[in-house]
Amino acid sequence: MAVRLKLVAQALAVGIVVGLLALLVWKLARGGPQHVKAGQEAPNFTLDRIGAPGKLSLASLRGKTVVLNFWASWCITCKAEARLLESASHRWGGKGVVVVGVDSNDFTSDARHFMRHYGLTYPVVHDKDGGRANRYGVTGLPETFFVRRNGRLSGHIPGQIANRAQLDAGIRHALAS
Amino acid sequence: MRVVVVLAAALILAVPALASEQHPTLAELEPQIMCPVCHTTIDQSDSAIAQRMKTFIRARIAAGDTASQIKDKLVAQFGPAVLANPPRKGFDLLAWILPLVAATAGAAALGLLAWRWSRRLAEPQAAPASAGPLDPDLERRLDDELARFEG
Repeated sequence: MAVRLKLVAQALAVGIVVGLLALLVWKLARGGPQHVKAGQEAPNFTLDRIGAPGKLSLASLRGKTVVLNFWASWCITCKAEARLLESASHRWGGKGVVVVGVDSNDFTSDARHFMRHYGLTYPVVHDKDGGRANRYGVTGLPETFFVRRNGRLSGHIPGQIANRAQLDAGIRHALAS
Repeated sequence: MRVVVVLAAALILAVPALASEQHPTLAELEPQIMCPVCHTTIDQSDSAIAQRMKTFIRARIAAGDTASQIKDKLVAQFGPAVLANPPRKGFDLLAWILPLVAATAGAAALGLLAWRWSRRLAEPQAAPASAGPLDPDLERRLDDELARFEG
Protein backbone atom coordinates (compact mmCIF):
# COMPACT_ATOMS: atom_id res chain seq x y z
CA MET A 1 0.00 0.00 0.00
CA ALA A 2 2.80 2.39 1.03
CA VAL A 3 4.73 1.55 -2.13
CA ARG A 4 1.66 2.24 -4.25
CA LEU A 5 1.08 5.57 -2.47
CA LYS A 6 4.71 6.50 -3.05
CA LEU A 7 4.41 5.66 -6.76
CA VAL A 8 1.25 7.77 -7.07
CA ALA A 9 2.97 10.69 -5.31
CA GLN A 10 6.00 10.39 -7.60
CA ALA A 11 3.81 10.22 -10.71
CA LEU A 12 1.90 13.27 -9.49
CA ALA A 13 5.11 15.23 -8.89
CA VAL A 14 6.46 14.32 -12.35
CA GLY A 15 3.09 15.25 -13.86
CA ILE A 16 3.15 18.68 -12.19
CA VAL A 17 6.71 19.36 -13.38
CA VAL A 18 5.86 18.28 -16.96
CA GLY A 19 2.70 20.43 -16.85
CA LEU A 20 4.64 23.49 -15.68
CA LEU A 21 7.28 22.95 -18.38
CA ALA A 22 4.54 22.67 -21.02
CA LEU A 23 3.00 25.90 -19.71
CA LEU A 24 6.39 27.63 -19.92
CA VAL A 25 6.94 26.46 -23.52
CA TRP A 26 3.40 27.51 -24.50
CA LYS A 27 3.88 30.94 -22.94
CA LEU A 28 7.25 31.43 -24.66
CA ALA A 29 5.79 30.33 -28.00
CA ARG A 30 2.64 32.46 -27.82
CA GLY A 31 3.51 35.30 -25.47
CA GLY A 32 5.80 37.36 -27.64
CA PRO A 33 5.11 39.18 -30.88
CA GLN A 34 3.94 36.92 -33.71
CA HIS A 35 5.42 38.16 -36.94
CA VAL A 36 2.93 38.33 -39.79
CA LYS A 37 4.52 38.07 -43.22
CA ALA A 38 3.50 39.43 -46.60
CA GLY A 39 0.87 37.21 -48.22
CA GLN A 40 -0.57 36.12 -44.88
CA GLU A 41 -4.02 37.10 -43.65
CA ALA A 42 -3.93 40.35 -41.67
CA PRO A 43 -5.09 39.50 -38.11
CA ASN A 44 -8.55 40.92 -37.56
CA PHE A 45 -9.42 43.22 -34.67
CA THR A 46 -12.42 45.07 -33.36
CA LEU A 47 -11.41 48.00 -31.19
CA ASP A 48 -12.95 51.15 -29.71
CA ARG A 49 -12.53 54.23 -31.84
CA ILE A 50 -10.82 57.33 -30.46
CA GLY A 51 -12.42 60.66 -31.28
CA ALA A 52 -15.55 58.95 -32.61
CA PRO A 53 -18.19 56.70 -31.06
CA GLY A 54 -18.35 52.94 -31.56
CA LYS A 55 -15.89 50.30 -32.65
CA LEU A 56 -14.03 49.61 -35.85
CA SER A 57 -13.34 46.15 -37.21
CA LEU A 58 -10.63 45.49 -39.78
CA ALA A 59 -12.89 42.87 -41.36
CA SER A 60 -15.45 45.60 -42.12
CA LEU A 61 -12.89 47.20 -44.46
CA ARG A 62 -12.58 44.08 -46.65
CA GLY A 63 -12.61 45.19 -50.30
CA LYS A 64 -10.52 48.25 -49.52
CA THR A 65 -6.78 48.69 -49.32
CA VAL A 66 -5.85 49.51 -45.74
CA VAL A 67 -2.81 51.37 -44.45
CA LEU A 68 -2.52 50.23 -40.84
CA ASN A 69 -0.32 52.52 -38.78
CA PHE A 70 0.62 51.52 -35.21
CA TRP A 71 1.55 54.56 -33.15
CA ALA A 72 1.36 56.25 -29.74
CA SER A 73 1.32 59.88 -28.64
CA TRP A 74 4.50 59.41 -26.57
CA CYS A 75 6.43 58.10 -29.57
CA ILE A 76 8.66 60.83 -30.98
CA THR A 77 8.98 59.47 -34.53
CA CYS A 78 5.19 58.97 -34.77
CA LYS A 79 4.88 62.76 -34.73
CA ALA A 80 7.10 63.08 -37.77
CA GLU A 81 4.94 60.82 -39.93
CA ALA A 82 1.47 61.86 -38.69
CA ARG A 83 0.92 64.55 -41.32
CA LEU A 84 2.27 62.25 -44.03
CA LEU A 85 -0.42 59.70 -43.21
CA GLU A 86 -3.14 62.34 -43.02
CA SER A 87 -2.12 63.66 -46.44
CA ALA A 88 -2.11 60.11 -47.88
CA SER A 89 -5.59 59.44 -46.53
CA HIS A 90 -6.88 62.37 -48.65
CA ARG A 91 -4.81 61.67 -51.77
CA TRP A 92 -5.65 57.97 -51.88
CA GLY A 93 -9.12 58.06 -50.31
CA GLY A 94 -10.87 58.24 -53.67
CA LYS A 95 -9.01 55.13 -54.89
CA GLY A 96 -10.36 52.79 -52.23
CA VAL A 97 -7.53 53.28 -49.74
CA VAL A 98 -8.27 53.74 -46.02
CA VAL A 99 -5.70 54.81 -43.44
CA VAL A 100 -6.36 53.38 -39.96
CA GLY A 101 -4.36 54.42 -36.91
CA VAL A 102 -3.88 51.92 -34.08
CA ASP A 103 -2.95 53.79 -30.91
CA SER A 104 -1.07 51.29 -28.71
CA ASN A 105 -0.24 51.45 -25.00
CA ASP A 106 -1.38 55.02 -24.65
CA PHE A 107 -3.78 57.26 -22.76
CA THR A 108 -6.82 58.00 -24.94
CA SER A 109 -6.77 61.63 -23.76
CA ASP A 110 -3.18 61.97 -25.03
CA ALA A 111 -4.15 60.29 -28.30
CA ARG A 112 -7.06 62.70 -28.79
CA HIS A 113 -4.75 65.64 -28.10
CA PHE A 114 -2.24 64.25 -30.62
CA MET A 115 -4.97 63.80 -33.25
CA ARG A 116 -6.18 67.37 -32.78
CA HIS A 117 -2.65 68.76 -32.86
CA TYR A 118 -1.75 66.99 -36.12
CA GLY A 119 -5.23 67.35 -37.64
CA LEU A 120 -5.80 63.61 -38.06
CA THR A 121 -9.18 62.85 -39.61
CA TYR A 122 -8.70 59.18 -40.50
CA PRO A 123 -10.12 56.56 -38.09
CA VAL A 124 -8.02 55.74 -35.04
CA VAL A 125 -8.66 52.83 -32.66
CA HIS A 126 -7.33 52.17 -29.16
CA ASP A 127 -5.17 49.06 -28.68
CA LYS A 128 -4.97 49.60 -24.95
CA ASP A 129 -2.76 46.69 -23.90
CA GLY A 130 -0.77 46.49 -27.14
CA GLY A 131 -2.25 43.05 -27.85
CA ARG A 132 -3.03 43.82 -31.51
CA ALA A 133 0.43 45.26 -32.05
CA ASN A 134 1.82 41.97 -30.68
CA ARG A 135 -0.33 39.96 -33.10
CA TYR A 136 1.21 41.87 -35.99
CA GLY A 137 4.72 41.39 -34.60
CA VAL A 138 5.27 45.06 -33.91
CA THR A 139 8.46 45.41 -31.89
CA GLY A 140 8.64 49.20 -31.77
CA LEU A 141 6.50 52.18 -32.71
CA PRO A 142 5.73 53.38 -35.28
CA GLU A 143 5.19 50.55 -37.74
CA THR A 144 2.97 50.58 -40.82
CA PHE A 145 1.31 47.63 -42.59
CA PHE A 146 -0.33 47.54 -46.00
CA VAL A 147 -3.39 45.29 -46.32
CA ARG A 148 -4.71 44.30 -49.75
CA ARG A 149 -8.37 44.33 -50.71
CA ASN A 150 -8.52 40.57 -50.03
CA GLY A 151 -7.40 41.07 -46.44
CA ARG A 152 -3.84 39.81 -46.94
CA LEU A 153 -0.70 41.75 -46.08
CA SER A 154 1.35 43.08 -48.96
CA GLY A 155 4.20 44.52 -46.91
CA HIS A 156 5.14 46.80 -44.05
CA ILE A 157 7.45 49.61 -43.03
CA PRO A 158 9.18 48.98 -39.70
CA GLY A 159 9.93 52.26 -37.95
CA GLN A 160 9.26 55.72 -39.20
CA ILE A 161 8.01 56.25 -42.78
CA ALA A 162 10.95 57.95 -44.47
CA ASN A 163 9.01 60.10 -46.90
CA ARG A 164 5.92 60.40 -49.09
CA ALA A 165 7.50 58.31 -51.86
CA GLN A 166 8.03 55.35 -49.54
CA LEU A 167 4.45 55.50 -48.29
CA ASP A 168 3.02 55.84 -51.82
CA ALA A 169 5.14 52.92 -53.04
CA GLY A 170 3.69 50.72 -50.28
CA ILE A 171 0.15 51.75 -51.18
CA ARG A 172 0.72 51.19 -54.92
CA HIS A 173 2.13 47.73 -54.24
CA ALA A 174 -0.91 46.84 -52.12
CA LEU A 175 -3.29 48.14 -54.79
CA ALA A 176 -1.51 46.31 -57.61
CA SER A 177 -1.32 42.90 -55.97
CA MET B 1 -5.02 37.78 26.38
CA ARG B 2 -3.54 36.29 23.22
CA VAL B 3 -6.64 37.31 21.24
CA VAL B 4 -6.29 40.90 22.42
CA VAL B 5 -2.63 40.99 21.33
CA VAL B 6 -3.52 39.58 17.88
CA LEU B 7 -6.35 42.09 17.46
CA ALA B 8 -4.10 44.98 18.52
CA ALA B 9 -1.41 43.87 16.05
CA ALA B 10 -4.00 43.61 13.26
CA LEU B 11 -5.24 47.11 14.08
CA ILE B 12 -1.71 48.52 14.09
CA LEU B 13 -1.10 47.01 10.63
CA ALA B 14 -4.50 48.01 9.26
CA VAL B 15 -4.22 51.73 10.02
CA PRO B 16 -1.25 52.45 7.69
CA ALA B 17 -2.80 50.21 4.99
CA LEU B 18 -6.03 52.19 5.16
CA ALA B 19 -4.11 55.49 5.05
CA SER B 20 -2.16 54.25 2.03
CA GLU B 21 -5.42 53.34 0.26
CA GLN B 22 -7.08 56.68 1.00
CA HIS B 23 -4.05 58.93 0.50
CA PRO B 24 -1.54 57.06 -1.66
CA THR B 25 1.86 58.44 -2.59
CA LEU B 26 3.62 58.07 -5.93
CA ALA B 27 6.36 56.01 -4.24
CA GLU B 28 3.74 53.54 -2.97
CA LEU B 29 2.00 53.16 -6.32
CA GLU B 30 4.99 53.08 -8.67
CA PRO B 31 6.08 49.52 -7.76
CA GLN B 32 2.50 48.29 -8.28
CA ILE B 33 2.17 49.55 -11.85
CA MET B 34 3.76 47.97 -14.92
CA CYS B 35 5.25 49.93 -17.79
CA PRO B 36 3.39 48.43 -20.79
CA VAL B 37 6.31 48.64 -23.21
CA CYS B 38 9.30 47.80 -21.00
CA HIS B 39 7.62 45.10 -18.83
CA THR B 40 9.10 46.37 -15.58
CA THR B 41 7.35 48.38 -12.91
CA ILE B 42 7.32 52.11 -13.65
CA ASP B 43 9.64 52.92 -10.73
CA GLN B 44 12.35 51.04 -12.66
CA SER B 45 11.66 52.64 -16.02
CA ASP B 46 12.53 55.97 -17.58
CA SER B 47 10.63 55.30 -20.81
CA ALA B 48 8.35 58.00 -22.19
CA ILE B 49 5.17 56.11 -21.32
CA ALA B 50 6.40 55.34 -17.77
CA GLN B 51 7.12 59.04 -17.25
CA ARG B 52 3.65 59.87 -18.56
CA MET B 53 2.07 57.33 -16.21
CA LYS B 54 3.92 58.85 -13.25
CA THR B 55 2.60 62.28 -14.23
CA PHE B 56 -0.91 60.83 -14.47
CA ILE B 57 -0.63 59.21 -11.00
CA ARG B 58 0.69 62.45 -9.50
CA ALA B 59 -2.26 64.37 -10.98
CA ARG B 60 -4.79 61.82 -9.69
CA ILE B 61 -3.24 61.87 -6.20
CA ALA B 62 -3.49 65.68 -6.22
CA ALA B 63 -7.12 65.36 -7.30
CA GLY B 64 -7.79 63.20 -4.20
CA ASP B 65 -8.25 59.79 -5.84
CA THR B 66 -7.74 56.67 -3.72
CA ALA B 67 -5.18 54.02 -4.70
CA SER B 68 -7.96 51.76 -6.02
CA GLN B 69 -9.47 54.54 -8.11
CA ILE B 70 -6.11 55.34 -9.68
CA LYS B 71 -5.46 51.67 -10.45
CA ASP B 72 -8.96 51.28 -11.95
CA LYS B 73 -8.32 54.25 -14.25
CA LEU B 74 -5.01 52.79 -15.37
CA VAL B 75 -6.64 49.39 -16.01
CA ALA B 76 -9.32 51.12 -18.09
CA GLN B 77 -6.56 52.66 -20.22
CA PHE B 78 -4.01 49.85 -20.43
CA GLY B 79 -5.85 46.66 -19.46
CA PRO B 80 -5.39 44.46 -16.36
CA ALA B 81 -1.75 43.63 -17.24
CA VAL B 82 -0.82 47.13 -16.07
CA LEU B 83 -1.11 45.89 -12.48
CA ALA B 84 2.07 44.27 -11.17
CA ASN B 85 -0.01 42.09 -8.81
CA PRO B 86 -3.03 40.28 -10.24
CA PRO B 87 -6.39 41.43 -8.78
CA ARG B 88 -7.78 39.34 -5.92
CA LYS B 89 -10.94 38.33 -7.75
CA GLY B 90 -12.13 35.99 -10.48
CA PHE B 91 -9.61 33.73 -12.17
CA ASP B 92 -6.69 35.92 -10.99
CA LEU B 93 -7.52 34.94 -7.42
CA LEU B 94 -5.85 31.60 -8.22
CA ALA B 95 -2.50 33.40 -8.41
CA TRP B 96 -2.91 34.32 -4.74
CA ILE B 97 -4.42 31.04 -3.54
CA LEU B 98 -2.27 28.48 -5.38
CA PRO B 99 1.08 29.42 -3.75
CA LEU B 100 -0.56 29.17 -0.31
CA VAL B 101 -2.12 25.81 -1.19
CA ALA B 102 1.20 24.55 -2.57
CA ALA B 103 3.12 25.75 0.49
CA THR B 104 0.57 24.16 2.85
CA ALA B 105 0.60 20.88 0.90
CA GLY B 106 4.41 20.89 0.86
CA ALA B 107 4.59 21.53 4.62
CA ALA B 108 2.02 18.79 5.27
CA ALA B 109 3.94 16.30 3.10
CA LEU B 110 7.20 17.21 4.83
CA GLY B 111 5.57 16.84 8.27
CA LEU B 112 4.13 13.46 7.33
CA LEU B 113 7.50 12.22 6.09
CA ALA B 114 9.25 13.49 9.22
CA TRP B 115 6.65 11.83 11.43
CA ARG B 116 6.95 8.48 9.61
CA TRP B 117 10.74 8.66 9.70
CA SER B 118 10.85 9.43 13.44
CA ARG B 119 8.33 6.64 14.12
CA ARG B 120 10.43 4.18 12.17
CA LEU B 121 13.53 5.19 14.15
CA ALA B 122 11.67 4.78 17.45
CA GLU B 123 10.41 1.28 16.62
CA PRO B 124 12.68 -1.61 17.68
CA GLN B 125 14.42 -3.22 14.80
CA ALA B 126 12.39 -6.17 13.71
CA ALA B 127 14.15 -9.46 13.78
CA PRO B 128 15.27 -10.51 10.38
CA ALA B 129 12.89 -12.85 8.75
CA SER B 130 13.90 -16.43 9.42
CA ALA B 131 15.92 -17.70 6.61
CA GLY B 132 14.47 -20.59 4.76
CA PRO B 133 16.36 -23.77 4.12
CA LEU B 134 19.41 -23.26 2.03
CA ASP B 135 19.54 -24.50 -1.48
CA PRO B 136 21.03 -28.07 -1.23
CA ASP B 137 23.58 -27.25 -3.90
CA LEU B 138 24.64 -24.09 -2.09
CA GLU B 139 24.73 -25.91 1.23
CA ARG B 140 27.01 -28.57 -0.18
CA ARG B 141 29.35 -25.91 -1.65
CA LEU B 142 29.39 -24.10 1.68
CA ASP B 143 30.28 -27.32 3.56
CA ASP B 144 33.04 -28.02 1.03
CA GLU B 145 34.46 -24.52 1.45
CA LEU B 146 34.36 -24.76 5.25
CA ALA B 147 35.97 -28.20 5.21
CA ARG B 148 38.74 -26.95 2.94
CA PHE B 149 39.25 -23.89 5.14
CA GLU B 150 39.43 -25.94 8.34
CA GLY B 151 41.49 -28.67 6.74
